[in-house]
Amino acid sequence: MELKSILLQKKSVILKRWFDMVLETYPADSVSFFKNQKDKFANPVGAAIVEGIEKIFNELLAREMNPGTVGMFLDNIIRIRAVQDFTPAEALAFIFSLKKVVREEAWAEIQANGLTEELFAFESQIDDLSLISFNIYMKCREKIYEIKANEARDSTFRLLQRANLMTEIQEQGPDPEDVKLINIKRKEATK
Amino acid sequence: MATKLPKPDELSRIDYTPPKKCWMDTPAELKPGMYCWGAKAKNLNVVGFPNARDWSPAEEDWKLPKEWEGTVLEGIHDRLSKYRSFRLFMDVCVRCGACADKCHFYIGTGDPKNMPVLRAELLRSVYRKYFTVPGKLFGGLAGARELTTEVLKEWWYYFFQCTECRRCSVFCPYGIDTAEVTMMGRELLNLLGLNIDWIAGPVANCYKKGNHLGLEPHTIKSSMEFFLDDIDTLTGVKVEPTFNRKGAEILFVTPSVDLFADPGTYTAMGYLMLFHELGLDYTWSTYASEGGNFGVFTSNEMAKRLHYKIYAEAKRLGVKYIIGGECGHMWRLVNQYLDTWHGPADFMEEPVSPITGTKFENAKSTKMVHVIEFTADLIKNGKLKLDPTRNDHLNVTYHDSCNTARGMGLLDEPRYVLKNSCSNFHEMPENTIREQTFCCGSGTGLNASENMELRMRGGIPRANAVKHVHEKYGVNMLTNICAIDRATLKASMDYWVPDVSVAGVHELVGNALIMTGEKERTTDMRGEPLPGKEGDENETV
Amino acid sequence: MKIIFSFFTVVLLVLLAFLGLKIANLYYLFGVIIPYAALAIFIIGFVYRVMKWASSPVPFRIPTTCGQQKSFPWIKQNKIENPSSTWGVIIRMLLEVLAFRSLFRNTKTESRDGKLSYGSDKWLWMAGLAFHWSFLVILIRHFRFFAADVPSVIHLIESLDSFLQIGVPLLYMTDIVLVAAVTFLFIRRVVIPQVNYISLIADYIPLFLILGIAISGILMRYLFKVHLVGVKNFAIGLINFNPVIPEGVGVIFYIHLFLISSLFAYFPFSKLMHAGGVFLSPTRNLANNSRMKRHVNPWDYPVKVHTYEEYEDDFREKMKNVGIPVEKE
Repeated sequence: MELKSILLQKKSVILKRWFDMVLETYPADSVSFFKNQKDKFANPVGAAIVEGIEKIFNELLAREMNPGTVGMFLDNIIRIRAVQDFTPAEALAFIFSLKKVVREEAWAEIQANGLTEELFAFESQIDDLSLISFNIYMKCREKIYEIKANEARDSTFRLLQRANLMTEIQEQGPDPEDVKLINIKRKEATK
Repeated sequence: MATKLPKPDELSRIDYTPPKKCWMDTPAELKPGMYCWGAKAKNLNVVGFPNARDWSPAEEDWKLPKEWEGTVLEGIHDRLSKYRSFRLFMDVCVRCGACADKCHFYIGTGDPKNMPVLRAELLRSVYRKYFTVPGKLFGGLAGARELTTEVLKEWWYYFFQCTECRRCSVFCPYGIDTAEVTMMGRELLNLLGLNIDWIAGPVANCYKKGNHLGLEPHTIKSSMEFFLDDIDTLTGVKVEPTFNRKGAEILFVTPSVDLFADPGTYTAMGYLMLFHELGLDYTWSTYASEGGNFGVFTSNEMAKRLHYKIYAEAKRLGVKYIIGGECGHMWRLVNQYLDTWHGPADFMEEPVSPITGTKFENAKSTKMVHVIEFTADLIKNGKLKLDPTRNDHLNVTYHDSCNTARGMGLLDEPRYVLKNSCSNFHEMPENTIREQTFCCGSGTGLNASENMELRMRGGIPRANAVKHVHEKYGVNMLTNICAIDRATLKASMDYWVPDVSVAGVHELVGNALIMTGEKERTTDMRGEPLPGKEGDENETV
Repeated sequence: MKIIFSFFTVVLLVLLAFLGLKIANLYYLFGVIIPYAALAIFIIGFVYRVMKWASSPVPFRIPTTCGQQKSFPWIKQNKIENPSSTWGVIIRMLLEVLAFRSLFRNTKTESRDGKLSYGSDKWLWMAGLAFHWSFLVILIRHFRFFAADVPSVIHLIESLDSFLQIGVPLLYMTDIVLVAAVTFLFIRRVVIPQVNYISLIADYIPLFLILGIAISGILMRYLFKVHLVGVKNFAIGLINFNPVIPEGVGVIFYIHLFLISSLFAYFPFSKLMHAGGVFLSPTRNLANNSRMKRHVNPWDYPVKVHTYEEYEDDFREKMKNVGIPVEKE
């Protein structure tokens, strides 16, 4: 028997424990809400975690893990954790929790079937996840700072324009009088 | 590194709070990213707010005035006798919990003190201690507690984590409105100079210079000139608005941020194009150059002081009535406060559309018409030539602003305007729109940048609904009729649903509007090529 | 802690009545003085609290609008959820008071993983409605004790309430519903973490008190069978200010009476005042017509403003330079 089919059999219990471990990272007062409110729109955080970990798990069990796809699923969870009260390590530790859950839930079967090597392979897949996650987390944090910078820039853009500090653009353009350039520049600015 | 590295699950449990204590015994911990900087002395001095000094919430000492407890208790007493809402809402809550999961901040943070009921209890517990018999007699047993510095800091932290969006009040069986409680809470904090600078700055600006951004008259005019150039480039039509013109029929008032920051600027261009096309006899004012009112996020009195300019200017210029631009809290105030503060506006006439002859019956006392109402009436009467296909590159949804939805009921007019201005329109899920709309997450002056984490978390419910329609229908444009929304949803979308842009409704109107004598448009206002005109882009660059 | 404290407070009340009668024979105190006093506290307290609320003015029209405003004839106004007339407000208030409209406004529940899940709000609405209505019916039923000739309305209510025709004496449905609903409201308070977190002693006491009243009442009717004629004489005596202590009415009756008295006396000091408060709520009982009709703030006072003249003084030159008209050249 393969490890992955064992994990597939135990999917629901593994996901449940994994979900609980993710939630344990939140303050106790918040856990009950994220856990109990079932409406996707009334509890987007809880819903994102539930949906996210299941999809990630499915992806891990797939024959070949697609980094793009799994990255998207990781993103849904990490994007939220990146703006919550977590240090970077805390924000991403939930990925490693899966190792613990798998070992605890499937250890007997793994030993019985001599699947330790498969386990190592599976765990290194989880390590891959963590590497992808670092990138995602950093992107999220960079985005936050970018937004802050953008807001500061947006609020001074017209000032710069008025103070004729837009020479940089005018130099680039073929026709300094063409206001359209400002449009284009502004379009870039809003992106 | 000598220190032992913690194991992952140890790490992840650092924030895990062991069995919880009663909320009253858990002082608020001010977390970075969740609060704004304290108000600077110079800004408080401009409007004469008490205890003006430079201070930092992060520091232990908040430089409170002597005997501040007395000031607060007196303040509570005073407000209890002035506001039935306040007195009633301090008493009638049964803590049924219906409001608990209705708050976007609670949904996004999970912090129990962000449940509307608990936010109000922060103040109620003190009210009970000093103003009710059971509270005086039994203290903690009756849910009462002393007013201490910890309590005060907790108030400050959580009353500046409420955007007064009123969503909870929709679900409360007694109509308890946390906005009222937060307003009172913030008034009390203001008695001690405990405001945030993101609010105090605009208030000072608006008081002295007429608008939140502090744009001086000549700056407003030159700002506008850039729009006129842009419009000229786009359409070949020369628009010539007037400023402070006596004898105009209509005064137009809108939030100043739309004159300054994208994407609100496009909405402002939309107004300019529309009014020009109609040949409307209207004027802008540099004195009443702010529709919004950050004063209401400090105290009722300050709000009244700032909103004074609108009627005063209408009177000075001798206009017949006023049209107000797309703004959220501005319209809560126009609808529910303005006439009471500064009316009767008997120096004006009951508003009648000069184009359609429609009487705006619902504005006959304030003499102030919402631009969306004005435009909806034009469209209904066939007075506008609109080409919705010019917005065919957009797949549009509409976000109801809290204030126009729950403090006014302006729900179907904007949808009518939108559906006539674009071809692709999809609503977000039912429990996230109309009177159940979710706040953008940064209202009531919380749209600073130092509290970005709070904003992003508060924005989750709205963003989640947008994401849903984005994935389901390919929605790429989130429209709204609120200047704060335009500024803050942009950031929120940037983070949560990066493929969705934000626009005011009149931007879409401006794009769709077929103007007399215009040249063939190849792009929209943002310089995006119009559908079917993509090839032309290269020529212009 | 809060729950235990509240529970024992009510147990203490029961014991107090039991011992007071069994040991000290304080029939007159528990049968006459306390009920009268409690009723007096209730009436005076209730009126005082409502007057106190009413003494604070409503400076601004702040209805929470939950539907389309009145604007054009071609846009359908939601006349109840966003009323612009007194009639609309009356219907809105009736729906609120009689049908708990706002509690009913449950968020639409989405299905996840193909399973349909229900929000707790609908349950809260149902339990709340069941509780309040059965309480009212039970209260009305009790009027038969106070009237020499029982009005036919009360007979009708009684027969409707017992139409299942179970047991002797006939089982009243409202008795069951009341106990069930109060139990649900209690369990909900314990089990739902958020609600548990926000609950105060003042939230548990009324629940236990009402449960105590209901249980003692039920025991009296179905189990201990108190001397009904005696009770009726007693009730009529009370209402005619000619109190008599009847013979042979069991202690259970006095416990029931004492708990009711406690509830009445507690009422004006507690959150139960929401019964009066709901009518005064400015977010519900005002029409959204403040753009059509001016609303006056009774304590309005002049404020310091920055006038146009001051503004022009600050910026006159700048205005003139860009051709913005000024008052004083």
